[in-house]
Amino acid sequence: MAKITIDNLRHAYISEPSRDEHYALKRVHLDWADGGAYALLGPSGCGKTTLLNLISGLLKPSEGRILFDDIDVTNDTPEKRNIAQVFQFPVIYDTMTVHDNLAFPLRNRGVDEVVIKKRVAEIADMLELTSTLHTRASGLTADGKQKISLGRGLVRDDVNVIMFDEPLTVIDPHLKWQLRSKLKELQQRIKRTMIYVTHDQTEALTFADQVVVMNNGEVVQTGTPIELFEKPMHTFVGHFIGSPGMNLLPCVVKGGQAFVGDTKIKADNVAMAPKSGKLELGVRPEFVTLAKSGSRTSLEASVVRVSDVGRYRVVETRVAETAVKFIVGENEAVPEGKVKLAFDPSHTQVYADGWLAGSRA
Amino acid sequence: MTKVQNNRAWFFVLPVFALVAFNALIPLMTVVNYSIQETFGNNEFFWAGSRWFEDILRSERFHAALLRQIVFTGIVLLIQVPLGLGIALCMPKKGPWVSVCLVLMSLPLLIPWNVVGSMWNIMALPDIGLLGKAINSLGINYNYTRQPFSAWFTLILMDVWHWTSLVVLLCYAGLVSIPDAYYQAAKIDGARPWAVFRYIQLPKLKHVLTIAILLRFMDSFMIYTEVVVLTGGGPGNATTFLSIDLVKYALGQFDLGHAAAMSIIYFLIILFLSWLFYTLMMKNENT
Repeated sequence: MAKITIDNLRHAYISEPSRDEHYALKRVHLDWADGGAYALLGPSGCGKTTLLNLISGLLKPSEGRILFDDIDVTNDTPEKRNIAQVFQFPVIYDTMTVHDNLAFPLRNRGVDEVVIKKRVAEIADMLELTSTLHTRASGLTADGKQKISLGRGLVRDDVNVIMFDEPLTVIDPHLKWQLRSKLKELQQRIKRTMIYVTHDQTEALTFADQVVVMNNGEVVQTGTPIELFEKPMHTFVGHFIGSPGMNLLPCVVKGGQAFVGDTKIKADNVAMAPKSGKLELGVRPEFVTLAKSGSRTSLEASVVRVSDVGRYRVVETRVAETAVKFIVGENEAVPEGKVKLAFDPSHTQVYADGWLAGSRA
Repeated sequence: MTKVQNNRAWFFVLPVFALVAFNALIPLMTVVNYSIQETFGNNEFFWAGSRWFEDILRSERFHAALLRQIVFTGIVLLIQVPLGLGIALCMPKKGPWVSVCLVLMSLPLLIPWNVVGSMWNIMALPDIGLLGKAINSLGINYNYTRQPFSAWFTLILMDVWHWTSLVVLLCYAGLVSIPDAYYQAAKIDGARPWAVFRYIQLPKLKHVLTIAILLRFMDSFMIYTEVVVLTGGGPGNATTFLSIDLVKYALGQFDLGHAAAMSIIYFLIILFLSWLFYTLMMKNENT
């Protein structure tokens, strides 16, 4: 178990990177506490798997350092780093039984057979693999195989960090949910540092205490699921997390007040809005309501579409050219035609060039 | 949904029947025809029953040829399969050398069989051939036209040169199709190179190796052209394998009855051994 520090890490897959675009990972600093559950979240190609492979030691960084418990491990092999990794596709040793698969990392390290037996039994019990312990691993279903991959990591009790690279990709939907809760439960029970890479926000938000959102090889925001939801540092986070994503309206700031068109809108951080740059107001659909009549800070909008997504409905409206979505509960009336919208001021933020105003000094 | 019963669908199978009939059944039946009858020409046939089969199965000549054939195929497989696998493991997985290696490996396979025989025939000549002369200059008495051992040595060397590439290419294709994650997981699990080979590469290569061994078994068991060109079955009968003996029966002695019976026995042996091998290899597949 270890605390992980990622210091100025950069990585390029080509040999002589000269421009910023050459880097798959532009420049990353992260500090992760021992025993935490972390998620790396981002769209495909954002560099999250690269970062993961750098931490595990499968890749060597172009620049920067990786420290486990303040010890530089940047040049160590994966074996020496003593980490475990679960891959997207289940990796098992086909010819071995489940027991031998779980015992493999210990046998390679020359652990005593008696200890191995005890340890494997313990892990198999934890992962509910005991009944299949002596069958061939190749006969198991995808989720069983993925459990074996995980088990090979858990079986070493001194492992520094367990990493997951989109581990639920090939699992059937109904088992996905089960395995996800199992993972979370395990994490809370054994308190190992775990890093979970995914492009699925549900997986990330349910698993992790801290989510690192990445885009284009950069960390856009690190925070708890609630922080990411309530205070996205970047419009990308606003969009990527939440369903539907955050509404963004072009705005201007005059005399310390934000205006959309001619309507004054109260925003949380309007005082910090810079003088220049592209300004936008961001508000999540959850914080948009129909305005009470006579309110002066309400926006005129016209309803264009209503989609029913189960327990609530998403109403899509237009304010001038911009789409604004909001949410209507199951039993509430759905408005039609022209409506007036009000934004919750404490959850309305100004973004300058994509970044939350005031977040970057 | 209701199931539609229409037996006319069987007509779709007719083309396959016709094809199989013309390329397998009818030629085979001609052989069967000769193997159970006797003929003196003029298209007159007399019933011979199982006489030809009994003769062949009892003849020492057949036993000797069969033994030679089994020994030859055995040696060839024992050399080519491990060697081919070894070469495939050493070949680069990416970079500019991949194509160079692949082309070099494919070359022997592109040479016509009788040309291969001629090449080695000339190269191994003890007086003027590069190989033959080199061996003799080392002080080893080597003459493949006179000494059975030299003849066998040359034949095996030739076959290894000619066909190991096939095993290499098949194994290489199998190796490059193993996903990187397996090697990464092995690294993380602390596996040594031997363990990577034993628990990842070998199991993943099982199917291509089965195919490689089957192909090499069948081909080497039926070897004819190269041997005829190189040694003609000699010296004496030292390299008279089944196929060469068969041609001697059929065309040398014009003994069609024995030749036909031997053809069928020969065919059944290959069929049986291939089936046996395949069944054994695939036995553990679904347990």
